[in-house]
Amino acid sequence: MSGDLLHVVTNDDISDGRRRFGRFIIWGSAAVLAAVAAAQSAQLAGWTDFGFSNWRPTLYAYVLWSICVCWAQVLIRGEQGKRVLFVLPAALFVVSLTVFPLLFGLVIAFSDWNLSSPNGRQFNGLDNLRQMWSDPFYWNALLNMVWYVIAILVEYAIAFGLALALNAQIRARKFFRVAFLLPLMLSPVAVSWMIGKSMLELRFGPISRFLRWLGWENPSFFGDPVTAKITIMLMDAWTYIPFMMIMILAGLQAIPKELNEAAKVDGATGWKSFWEVTFPLMLPVSITAILIRIIFKLKLADVVINVTSGGPGGATDTVTSFIFREYRDRSNVGYGTLLAMVYLVLIVIFMTVLMKLSARWTRPQT
Amino acid sequence: MSAQIFHDGEADRAYRARFWLGRGAVYAVLIFWAIICLFPIYWTATTSFKMAPNVMKGNMIPWVDYDPSWIGWKSLGLSPDTIGAESTVRAEFLKRFANSAITALVSSTLAVVLGSLAAYGLSRFSYRFAWMKNDDIGFFFLSQLILPPVVLALPFLVLYKELALLDSRIGLILLYTLTVLPIVVWIMRDQFASIPTELEEAALVDGLSIWGAFLTIILPIALPGMVAAFILSLVLTWNEYFFAALLTSTHANTLPVMVASQTGSQGISWWSMAALSFAAILPLIVIGVVLERYIIKGMAAGAVK
Repeated sequence: MSGDLLHVVTNDDISDGRRRFGRFIIWGSAAVLAAVAAAQSAQLAGWTDFGFSNWRPTLYAYVLWSICVCWAQVLIRGEQGKRVLFVLPAALFVVSLTVFPLLFGLVIAFSDWNLSSPNGRQFNGLDNLRQMWSDPFYWNALLNMVWYVIAILVEYAIAFGLALALNAQIRARKFFRVAFLLPLMLSPVAVSWMIGKSMLELRFGPISRFLRWLGWENPSFFGDPVTAKITIMLMDAWTYIPFMMIMILAGLQAIPKELNEAAKVDGATGWKSFWEVTFPLMLPVSITAILIRIIFKLKLADVVINVTSGGPGGATDTVTSFIFREYRDRSNVGYGTLLAMVYLVLIVIFMTVLMKLSARWTRPQT
Repeated sequence: MSAQIFHDGEADRAYRARFWLGRGAVYAVLIFWAIICLFPIYWTATTSFKMAPNVMKGNMIPWVDYDPSWIGWKSLGLSPDTIGAESTVRAEFLKRFANSAITALVSSTLAVVLGSLAAYGLSRFSYRFAWMKNDDIGFFFLSQLILPPVVLALPFLVLYKELALLDSRIGLILLYTLTVLPIVVWIMRDQFASIPTELEEAALVDGLSIWGAFLTIILPIALPGMVAAFILSLVLTWNEYFFAALLTSTHANTLPVMVASQTGSQGISWWSMAALSFAAILPLIVIGVVLERYIIKGMAAGAVK
């Protein structure tokens, strides 16, 4: 194979028998898989009864087939097969755990399937799509996601400021770094109790007390839509600012000191040297950090589910928390899956555009 | 002491003043943010020792404002006087704790093993699966990061029901491995790319096989990166709530699900919630303080090329 970074010359001496055996275990295990799957399908269709209680046998046959495929690589292709073995297990794992469920999800998405009803799955064509079209709560949740994503810019500014402060010559840097990192380590569910339910509690919570002391008569954090949204944004920012901060800090530390010194010699003040030297140099890191942050933000759910459950009136709903409730309340798998699929399509389009744009921005300008 | 003869010039003194002012501002920002980060943890820890009146009065400092008692921990069965006695709450808590620990540890290990192998292969050899070359395969792994959990959740719910994997640890472990795998691949690809290939070439000349060279030469060098990836995965899987809430009910509940189920009920006593939350976050606080270096290393990987 050409293009390998690691050049190895090996003489493989693979006998015909070994090759045949390799092919045999692949096809043999595939046949076993097909036979088991067929038998189970037959039972499902009600033709015969093999006494299966669930689909586990098919799963085991599939695992067996996967192992045989990996093993046969070495048997058939020798040295080359051993190299394939590095990537193949992970690839098989990911493919079987995402591609198959996604395809299955597509089937579910176009059906009416209430898990608690005895009717089982019923294909209902585009009904779910029509229902989605006229579901104001879903569109509202999508709109909220836009707001949540925009809030990342503020988080980014704060994270950058903190990274600059940490990068300055300070004492006890390790203490500050650990302290700043801790919010990221805490589970969002615990955070939603710690902050959302107890510290923001209207009568006794320390934050409400503090705000009352500052002069806000009746602090209410989840009373009206705008404040509720901002409160959720703040709580989410609290957990994830360390993440951006650390990436930016790593970027700052990679900038050679000479550049800032040169700027200083040339007479740039602190402000100017930041905007004309540091910030442009940090652009690639910043964009990576923001992109990853957006990906994480699009999954935001835990805090919303546990603190507001989307209230008041859906003002804090994210798509994930909305689908979660939709399933909890009506246990309708079909509609929820369709909403999730639409969301996935939107995300993929959005992220692709964003990555294309950012690739253009970070390209060295001549 | 005699009077000082030499003085800084006017301009220098102004500069010094500005320097100290800037210094003070930096420290002010740092201390302010440190308080924001640490106060909720402090609040949770102290609240677990507060009786109801102390909570209502908003007392903050133990021994000064109020007398701490083990009230929150007693309700969990973890205080000094209840630790010996039978306690259903404690049994429940320990079961959830064990579930969380097992799923997090096993799935992180699995992800690090699978991810490191894949990352090593991608950084050393060129592959071609159908139309996909190395970059495409790498992107395929990373693109899983974009996939929101909610898309997989409901199909998995149905599949697991058919496979009798619902409410089982194995089911959770598989999904968690899937969610952290892209992060591991991302960190490890960086790590392996920084190791020169001459090392393996020398090992191969000396008669080791590819796998032998990987296991004996490369792995020890890449170990810090693997630790970083492992700890990041551990943090993410320990805290995961969404899948656990959907896919488990009685046997395989993890700690976040238990915490969340307690918050739902109204009129829950603050001290016991505080104790429960604090017990849930304590392992990660310890990890964060002790292994901070690795976590930062892991997150910084890929940020700086």
